[in-house]
Amino acid sequence: MGELLTVNMGPQHPSTHGVLYLELKMDGEIVVDCKPHLGYLHRSIEKIAENRTYTQFIPFTDRLDYLASMNNNLGYCLAVEKLLNIAVPDRAQYLRVIIAELNRAVSHLVAIGTFAQDLGAYATPLFYAFRDREKIVDLFDSICGGRLTYNYMRIGGVSADIPARTEQIIKDFIAYERKQLIEYNELLTYNVIFLARSKNIGILSKEVARSYSVTGPMLRASGIKWDIRKEEPYSMYDKFDFDVPVGANGDSWDRFKVRLDEISQSLRIVEQAIGGIPEGNPVSKVNRVFRGTGEAYVRTENPRGELGFYLVAEGGFNPTRCKIRSPSFSNLGALSELVKGLNISDAVCVLGSMDIVMGEIDR
Amino acid sequence: MSVIFLKGLAVLGFIAVSAMFSIWLERKISAWIQNRMGPMMTGFHGTLQPVADTIKLLLKEDIVPKGVDFLSWWLAPFFVTVPVVMAFLVIPFSSKWIALDLNVGVLYVCSVTSICVLGIFMAGWGSNNKYSLLGGMRSAAQIISYEVPLLLSVLLVVMQSGTMSMQGIVAAQEHGWFILKPHLTLAFLIYFISATAEVNRVPFDIPEAESELVAGYHTEYSGMKFAMFFVAEYTNMFIISAIATTLFLGGWQGPFLPGLVWFLLKSYGLVAFLMWMRWTLPRVRMDQMMSFAWKVLTPMALLNLLISGWFMVK
Repeated sequence: MGELLTVNMGPQHPSTHGVLYLELKMDGEIVVDCKPHLGYLHRSIEKIAENRTYTQFIPFTDRLDYLASMNNNLGYCLAVEKLLNIAVPDRAQYLRVIIAELNRAVSHLVAIGTFAQDLGAYATPLFYAFRDREKIVDLFDSICGGRLTYNYMRIGGVSADIPARTEQIIKDFIAYERKQLIEYNELLTYNVIFLARSKNIGILSKEVARSYSVTGPMLRASGIKWDIRKEEPYSMYDKFDFDVPVGANGDSWDRFKVRLDEISQSLRIVEQAIGGIPEGNPVSKVNRVFRGTGEAYVRTENPRGELGFYLVAEGGFNPTRCKIRSPSFSNLGALSELVKGLNISDAVCVLGSMDIVMGEIDR
Repeated sequence: MSVIFLKGLAVLGFIAVSAMFSIWLERKISAWIQNRMGPMMTGFHGTLQPVADTIKLLLKEDIVPKGVDFLSWWLAPFFVTVPVVMAFLVIPFSSKWIALDLNVGVLYVCSVTSICVLGIFMAGWGSNNKYSLLGGMRSAAQIISYEVPLLLSVLLVVMQSGTMSMQGIVAAQEHGWFILKPHLTLAFLIYFISATAEVNRVPFDIPEAESELVAGYHTEYSGMKFAMFFVAEYTNMFIISAIATTLFLGGWQGPFLPGLVWFLLKSYGLVAFLMWMRWTLPRVRMDQMMSFAWKVLTPMALLNLLISGWFMVK
C-alpha cells in the first residue's frame, strides 16, 4: 500500500447532500477509511424546545427533515398528545395519514432523483422527480400555505380543514404518479449501467444493520421487515391495507427499489384513506397554551426511518426536555462500515442510496 | 502560404461559431428532455446566450490558486485547445472545402487529437487540487485505453478504401456508405463508443464526474482558461462526429443538397445523439469502463480486423 491520500469531501461538495463533511483516506481511488464529521448545521433545536410552549415548537420540527415536514409534525404532535392524553377527531386522523403518506411519496421521489444524480444521470431524473413533487407541493401550499416547511399538524388535530377540491387533486395525482412510476422503472431501475453501478455495491447485512440501529427503507432493503406503521400502528394505520416492501441483498439498488415500491404503497394508503374520510371538524380544540406532567416517547415511521420524540414535562408551559431520535443520524453511522474498500464512485453511490438529510442529523 | 493562413483563420472562425452553436444546442436539447424551456431571454429562443456567456467569461477574473505548478497549469488549456484546431485542417467539409488534404490525413487526425490527454493531465497535475489530480489520472488512463479500439476500427476503413487521405476515403464511398457494410457497421459502433470515451462524454464522463470529483481536472480553472477547456470539449465532440461522418457515413456526399449542408447535417446529427445520451444515461464506473475497453472492445475490434482482413486478401 502506498502513501494514503486524504480527501476532504465536503462540507461543500455536489454530492454530500447538504453540509456533510467526509474525511476520506484513499489509496489511489480506493477508500481505505471514511470518517463523517457533523455539526455544520447545528441549530440546537432540542434546547429551543425547552424554551417554547408545546405549540410553539411545532414549526421547529419542520426544520428537522425538511423533505418530510409533515411527518415530523405528526411525530411531535403524537408525542404531545400521548403526554397529555389528548383525543384527536377522526377526520383529523384521516387527514394526517393522507398528508403524511403524500409527503412520504414525494420525499422518496427526491431521494430517487438525487440518487440517480449521484450515479451521474445528470439532472434529468432529478427534474422528473421534482416535476411530480411540484404537484404535491402546490397541494400542500393550498392546504397550509407553506411549500417546504409546512407546519400543518396541530396538537389535537390539524390547523384547518382541506379546501374543497383537494380530494379530486389527490385522486388525479395518484393516477398520474402510477403512470410515472412505470416510466421511472423503464428509465432507471433496469437500465444496464444503473444496475452495474448500484447492484452489489455497499451491501448492508442484517447483523450490521441491527447493530447500528439502522431503520426505514435502508433496514428494509437489508431484508428485515420492520415498519412502525405495522408493528406499532399509530394514527389510523391499522385500518389500511398495505405491504411493506423488503429488499433481498441490502445493496444500493435494493435501497433504491424499496423506496420506489414504497411510493406505490403510500399511494395505496392514500387511495384507501381518501375514500373513507369521515365528516366533521378536524381543527384542534385544544388551547394554545397548556401545562403537563410526565413523560412520553412516540416513534413514527418517517420516510427515512424511525423518528422518535421523547418528551419530559414537569408541570411548566414548556417541556423540560425534548430528545429527538432522528433516523438519518443512526443510518449515517453505518456509512464508514459500508464504504471501506470501495471505489470513490461507489462511496458516492452508497451515500446517495442512504438518502440522508443533514437537517435532522445536526439538530 | 497566405492561402493556408486564410484557411486557418476560416477554421478558427468556424470553431468559434460551432462551439457556440453546440453549447446552445446542448442547452436546448437538455431542456427539451427535462421539460424545461432552456435559454429564452437573450435573442430569439436564447440564440445569443452563448455570446453573453463568452462575454461573461472574457470579463471574469483569472484566478490563480496557491501552490499551482505554474507552467503546466498555465499551458494546459493550450495543450487541450490547439490540437483540436489542428485536427480541423484535414476535415473535408465538401469536395472543395478542405484546408489541407494530407495523404496521411487519418493518421494525422488520430495522432493530433491524442495530444489533448497531455493537456488534461497537466491541468490535473498542475492545479494542486486532489480532485483535479484524480480527474487527470482517470482521464489519462481512459483516453489511452480507448485509443486502441478506436484506431483498430479506423484501420479497417483505411484497409477498405486503400487510402489515408480524407477526400480519398469519401470518394471511396461514392457507391455506398461504409456503414452499410456489415463489418464496417461493427467498426462504426466500436469507433463511436471509443470516441465518446475519448471526449469524456456521458456515460464515460468519468474524469469530470461531478458527483465525485466536483469538476475533475478543470475544477480550479476560471474565466477564459475554463472557456478554453469548454470550447475544446464541444469542438472535440464535433470533430469525432465529423470523422465518423467522413469515415463511415459517406462524408459530404448526398443527393440534392450541396456537400457542405450534407456534411454539417450528418455531423450535427451525431453531435445531437451524443447530447441525447448525456442527458439520459448514468455514468459507468472507472474500472467497469477500463475492463469494457480491454476485455470487450479491443478483442472485438481485433477480431473484426482479422476476419475482414482475411476476406479482403482472399
